Amino acid sequence: MYRIRFHGRGGQGMKTASRILGSAFFEAGYEVQDAPRYGAERRGAPIFAYVRADREPINERGIIQHPDLVIVADDTLVAVPAAGVLAGIAARSVLLISSAATPGEWRHRLNFSGPIVTLPPGDETGDRPDLPWIGARCAGAAARLVGVLSREVLIRAIETELGALGEAVVALNRDKALAAWDTMAPHSGLVSEGEAPRAEDYVAPDWADLPFETARVSAPTIYAAANSVEVRTGLWRTLRPVIDYERCKRCWWVCSSFCPDGAIDVSADGQPQIDYDHCKGCMVCVAQCPPHAIAAIPEHQAQAEATGLGDNPGDRP
Amino acid sequence: MSRTLLTGNGAAAWGARLARVDYIPAFPITPQTEIIETLAEWIDNGEMDGRLVTLESEHSMLTAAGGAAATGVRVFSATSSQGLLYAMEMLYTVAGWRAPFVLINVSRGLSAPITLEADHNDVMAARDCGFLQLHCATCQEVLDNTLIAYRLAEDERVRLPVLVNLDGFYLSFTREPVVIPDAAQAAAFTGPFNPQAMQFRASTPESQAVAVLGGGPYSYFRYELHLAAQNALPVYDEISAEFAAGFGRAYPAVEAYRADDAQLVFVMLGSFATKARAAVDRLRAAGWSIGLVQPRLLRPFPVDALRTRLAGKQGVAVIDQNLSMGKGGVLHTELAAALYGHPAAPPVLASFVGGLGGRDITSEEFFEIARVLRTAVDTGQTPPPRLLYTHDELKEIRKLQAVAHVERKELGGTP
Repeated sequence: MYRIRFHGRGGQGMKTASRILGSAFFEAGYEVQDAPRYGAERRGAPIFAYVRADREPINERGIIQHPDLVIVADDTLVAVPAAGVLAGIAARSVLLISSAATPGEWRHRLNFSGPIVTLPPGDETGDRPDLPWIGARCAGAAARLVGVLSREVLIRAIETELGALGEAVVALNRDKALAAWDTMAPHSGLVSEGEAPRAEDYVAPDWADLPFETARVSAPTIYAAANSVEVRTGLWRTLRPVIDYERCKRCWWVCSSFCPDGAIDVSADGQPQIDYDHCKGCMVCVAQCPPHAIAAIPEHQAQAEATGLGDNPGDRP
Repeated sequence: MSRTLLTGNGAAAWGARLARVDYIPAFPITPQTEIIETLAEWIDNGEMDGRLVTLESEHSMLTAAGGAAATGVRVFSATSSQGLLYAMEMLYTVAGWRAPFVLINVSRGLSAPITLEADHNDVMAARDCGFLQLHCATCQEVLDNTLIAYRLAEDERVRLPVLVNLDGFYLSFTREPVVIPDAAQAAAFTGPFNPQAMQFRASTPESQAVAVLGGGPYSYFRYELHLAAQNALPVYDEISAEFAAGFGRAYPAVEAYRADDAQLVFVMLGSFATKARAAVDRLRAAGWSIGLVQPRLLRPFPVDALRTRLAGKQGVAVIDQNLSMGKGGVLHTELAAALYGHPAAPPVLASFVGGLGGRDITSEEFFEIARVLRTAVDTGQTPPPRLLYTHDELKEIRKLQAVAHVERKELGGTP
């Protein structure tokens, strides 16, 4: 059975990507299961979707614990523990990362010895935080990596999944998917089917006996109006507001008052500070600032500048 | 007839469409909303007849569903979790009216604390209301059970509302290959709704909900409800046999997978039962004599079929995806009642509770349950009930509690 996981952010089309790949397997005669996984999050929050494909009917369900292929559409997620990008990967798992950094750089960063393939972002991605067509590109690349899906099957899958959106959308996504498919030619068939878990020599679950604890400890009480500060909602951001202090008039209140998340503090001398751990990137402050002193920078670009790692080729001089 | 990839929600919508329902009172709730969105789109673009009306709550939605069914039209509705509980008063009431219709429940754990993911405490809360309950393990079963459910609900030997249950996420948002039956064949199978004596009509008042009664007459009506629900067992067998003959897919009231010659058996409801099925295959490959018994009906409870399927087994592990506070797993309790005193009842009936709030049950956990069961059989000692919960998960909650403790102090509360 193939067990494949797509990681991206809400709005980047991971559900659609998993459905394109699922449909391609189905067109090729496989039994298929595909599903997105998300909760009450919003655009920009880490989400994942998964595909199982087998020649036999599939009885496994739910999240994939031991993936054969992990696709990362947004490389800023790799560093986000809550995204669980690397969960359950083993030396035989293939990692496909949409990134301008090289496989060697990723190997070094992740200390991962298994196969890593990168899909450099297209020129059109530029400074767009939504990573346009990334879903189609990831699905096309993944289809080539498994090596058992033809170009024709991929094209039919895109028509099936996107046909309702009109021929223009189908054509554009088909071109993007096929371009990614072509890029992956040297790696065709790199992904192999994983084994079923063995009942002969499994690692027994480390079950715990829950002790009784009083309601002071065990009632799920919320004592404050907001969630815990430990919940880094800043990880949902695809655009980052950056204050130009040269242009800021020290008005002391506009950006801070309009921030719906209370993520902007103003110091005694009127200097606003954005709490990036909790700023969700709604850009209300950017719209409200009277002297236009707050700019919206794509998060992946801001992070690349901060870490000194390469990002989009289009961003380089 | 075509085979295509459909989510459980999509399959439920197709079931309603192929049953040619007339009226759909609706109210959105995750993870069910996609069902009514799909039906709304079909009705809007003319692919489907029928009328969809959004109500202001699930309580009103169920009232509308029961009222409409009592006029003799075919009614479909869907909800989940908190929505099902909000409608609880009307679940009992419309079942008491003997109004036949189909309600889909997309299972989701109950608040508090809140979750969006699947477990069966919502549907177990509706266990005693008079609705029959069909539990689905695959997206195909969701579609097929919806068609079967209309026949069951409308049969004059039964005439009760039927709840078709599917698990949130594990089925609701998961696509798998589903055969969509031919519309004409499905129409021939479900047939037209023959409401017989029901003729509740505007401007011709008739009381379906009779006046306040004393215990004697009240007992009569309640026990008739029980007899009708019990009738549903042979009627279900009849209808599912007819379905199998026509569509080639058999749905016995109790499904047995590699269980006939098995010494040990898992018993489970719903989509997680397919995980048990995968585990049975792996355990069989490793030389274990083990199988799966999966009831499709919870109400009526197929007592005889379960006794037959489990007769002579050495050990049974019931894995409940629900928890009755102060008692334990509901299916375990019900099965114990069904088997008690039966001469061939298995000597070991062990209880496991897992999959609460969508918590996964891993292959290794199924293997370990088999091992625990084997030990119990060998020693003659039934183990105490076990929550499937690991030390790592406990460590995770300890971390959260530590954070809460610090923050409470920072906020000036008593730690």
